[in-house]
Amino acid sequence: MITPKFIAARALLVCASALFGMHSVWAGIPIQHWMQPSGVRIYLVESPAIPMVDVQIDLDAGARRDPIDKPGLANLMAASTANGVRASGAGPALDEHQLSEAWADLGASFGGSASADRMSFGLRSLTYPDLLDKAVALAARQLGEPSFPEAPWLRDRPKMIASLKEANTRPATLAARAFSQAVYGSHPYGRETTEASLLRTNVEDLRALHAKVLRACAAQVSIVGALNRAQADALVAKLLARLPQGGCTAQPAVPEVAALTAASEVRIPFASAQAHVLVGQPGFKRNDPDFFALTVGNHILGGGGFTARLTEEVREKRGLTYSVYSYFAPGMHAGAFTIGLQTRPDQAEQALTLVREVVTKFVEEGPTEKELQAAKDNLIGGFALRIDSNKKLLDNVANIAWNGLPLDYLDTWTQQVERLTVADVRAAMARTLQPNRMATVVLGAPEPSR
Amino acid sequence: MKHPFHLSGARWAAPVSTFALAASLTIPCLLLPLTASAAEVQTTPAATLAQQFTLKNGMTLIVKPDRRAPTAVHMVWVRVGSMDEVDGTSGVAHLLEHMMFKGTPTVKAGDFSRKVAALGGRENAFTSKDYTGYLQQIPSAKLEDVMRLEADRFANNTWTDEVFAKELEVVKEERRLRTEDKPHARLHEAMDAVIYQADPYRRPIVGWMSDLESMTADDARAFYRRWYTPTNAAVIVAGDVDVDAVRVLAERYYGTLPVHALPQRKPRTEPEQTGMRRLDFKAPAEQAYVALAFKVPGLQPAGLPATAAASTDATSEDALALTVLSAVLSGYDGARLPRALTLSDKPVADEAGAYYGLTARGPQLFTLYGIPAVGKTATEVEAALRAQVALVAKDGVTEAELTRVKNRWVAGEVYKQDSVFNQARLLGVSWINGFPLGADQLLLERLRRVTAAQVQAVAAKYFGDDALTVATLLPQPVDSTRKPRVPAVGLRH
Repeated sequence: MITPKFIAARALLVCASALFGMHSVWAGIPIQHWMQPSGVRIYLVESPAIPMVDVQIDLDAGARRDPIDKPGLANLMAASTANGVRASGAGPALDEHQLSEAWADLGASFGGSASADRMSFGLRSLTYPDLLDKAVALAARQLGEPSFPEAPWLRDRPKMIASLKEANTRPATLAARAFSQAVYGSHPYGRETTEASLLRTNVEDLRALHAKVLRACAAQVSIVGALNRAQADALVAKLLARLPQGGCTAQPAVPEVAALTAASEVRIPFASAQAHVLVGQPGFKRNDPDFFALTVGNHILGGGGFTARLTEEVREKRGLTYSVYSYFAPGMHAGAFTIGLQTRPDQAEQALTLVREVVTKFVEEGPTEKELQAAKDNLIGGFALRIDSNKKLLDNVANIAWNGLPLDYLDTWTQQVERLTVADVRAAMARTLQPNRMATVVLGAPEPSR
Repeated sequence: MKHPFHLSGARWAAPVSTFALAASLTIPCLLLPLTASAAEVQTTPAATLAQQFTLKNGMTLIVKPDRRAPTAVHMVWVRVGSMDEVDGTSGVAHLLEHMMFKGTPTVKAGDFSRKVAALGGRENAFTSKDYTGYLQQIPSAKLEDVMRLEADRFANNTWTDEVFAKELEVVKEERRLRTEDKPHARLHEAMDAVIYQADPYRRPIVGWMSDLESMTADDARAFYRRWYTPTNAAVIVAGDVDVDAVRVLAERYYGTLPVHALPQRKPRTEPEQTGMRRLDFKAPAEQAYVALAFKVPGLQPAGLPATAAASTDATSEDALALTVLSAVLSGYDGARLPRALTLSDKPVADEAGAYYGLTARGPQLFTLYGIPAVGKTATEVEAALRAQVALVAKDGVTEAELTRVKNRWVAGEVYKQDSVFNQARLLGVSWINGFPLGADQLLLERLRRVTAAQVQAVAAKYFGDDALTVATLLPQPVDSTRKPRVPAVGLRH
């Protein structure tokens, strides 16, 4: 639909609720962690088998910190680093075309984006020394010396506006937007880029934000690939060399997501082949001590594919939908708990009633012993599937780094799942979810006859 | 990057961000894995080359060890897809894929999924125009368990009419989700039916709604009996496995399955197109969209002989050159189409690209597509897309561009090794299309020998009007008060 460079930002929550445990025959995943004098925190997993490396830089500069009148600014700034670099001691100025050709010639890629919590930059390169040196040097320039030229910004802004308008013709977008409003209210997690906010944003905003947030001392760098610690250390020093050193100050606190005080229901008329139904409320924060119980609970309720209760009831038993799911989105704040499905318009009421019954019963009674055991078997048995590629490992290492989890998190995970009881799961779900105070959005269904 | 891929119906799709387009299996630009020769890519100590065997009953087994993690992927690929259907039962290949989860005499409906989950596994299935596939990702110690389960359902799938009726409703919802509410998906569905008149590629994978409405349980059973036989399928295992051990297990579980004769596949050859076809498509949307599909040759297994140095036919050389052309046109951020159409001072398009598949069981298209910029028309985008191809035909491509796209393929070979799942998938596609093991390396060597002159020649040869179909999306206002386009129908009981 839109190339990554032009993805209009919205406060998308990256679900960091991946589950990890430990494969019984496996030695642990050794995560090396150290700090450089600049203050940057480095996390490394050596993966020597393939001559490649993935690097992820994370900063506390996500969409939740966007100016209230410019939602999406963080993502736009990070993505716009691809529009060119300025001349410096490191080399001549490069425009967007020279930059993209340089990356293509290196067989490497580099790009930035921002989610609700984090601003992230990712580098992927081969580790042949000549190529890697050039790739890191180029990434350092794009990170530290982007030019944010005005012409590409003015050229691309109408594209972003057009793609926003296009998205607003789609039932799924409209339903999600209404749901986000109902759950988050005025919280930054619910703010969305609009045509007006894009028109208010100019390259000076991009430059100012870059100058404010891109600092070595604010970065944490996660690395997975064919590098040892000394090589990784040198890579990070070079990667961040063109950023200001020092100057990190405590950031202002962002308010929490307010709990819903009452149930709400929004019905949006829309002429579509399917009605879209969304039900939910603010969920929990990533640092919640009940993280494991809630994650396992949701796996049983609606996160575990074909064996989940929602799938069983709505799809398998009744054929009402192709896709029904539930998920938590824990972050720095309580991301939404969301149940979603699409169904033929005349079936929307039946499906909604069913979903409410299923979630109410689950919160009241919790899972059965059999369900809990099945979830444990799947999650513990399948742990290795969560870390069987560099890419998956990187996501996990960055998650550990970002959330300040213990370095042996991956090694102790299965124990954390194994020790859960039905009572633990039930209590955690009941504490977190209140089915009588959930927001409901139904788009594209006929008015219910009541 | 969106390109007009053929949607594959999967049995289950994860929820997607509303900002993304359809969650679907996007078919990569090259349907064959490219592996650089050993001279460039150090072989991974943990991985060894894939090996292929024929089991006692004629079923194919392909094993690709990669011992980096204690996991494995296990797939069964059946050489049957929507192209093997006949009119009136479009969508039956995909529907059967859904029914394969509904039981055998020894595993009752739903238990297949429960058993795979209990093993710590993940599972799914997928259907395309060319093939149907079933997969599990599991801890490698559980390989035998999923082999037993998969072999059982391959040979003994059975279910009641009632179970069928319910799953048919699920598939109709899938069609509504993937196609009915998505203007681009509906346009490409309509476009395929205009591009092809005799060729079965004219039918949508998920099926026409009217065919789903009239589908019977016996339609699906007959399709299963006709096409699901060991000689029409391959087992693919990749990951933390020992080749000999896998071979023993495969003989035990798959090599003993009964075989029946395959029906004759009728060619249904598309008559030559002798004039441009145009299609206007109205749908509620904000942005227009235009797609141009040119009929072009693809690469057949015979066109990729075992020694790359062997002289080959001109058609295969053209197919390889078209692959390079598509990469030069839209293979990277600053490639020709985005640069000329979307990244210029006065862009004519918000998005522009090219897509070419190279290998498939059926005929090939070279597709150009674009979304007009505000104030520009689909007609202007269409002209601009064709002008870029004409420019290559007139002036050729630079050595720098040629080197760039080839280097990216070589680098991509290394990155590709990170995903065992993806390697297994590519081995499957390659087998479906009739290529031998090692074709990926041969292909890369051949692609690296494609010259600027060859690219220029195919740009001049294949992009005239006569074999072209143009489809244009004409955006209509979104009227939330009008009646839904698709009439509601009662549940079938």
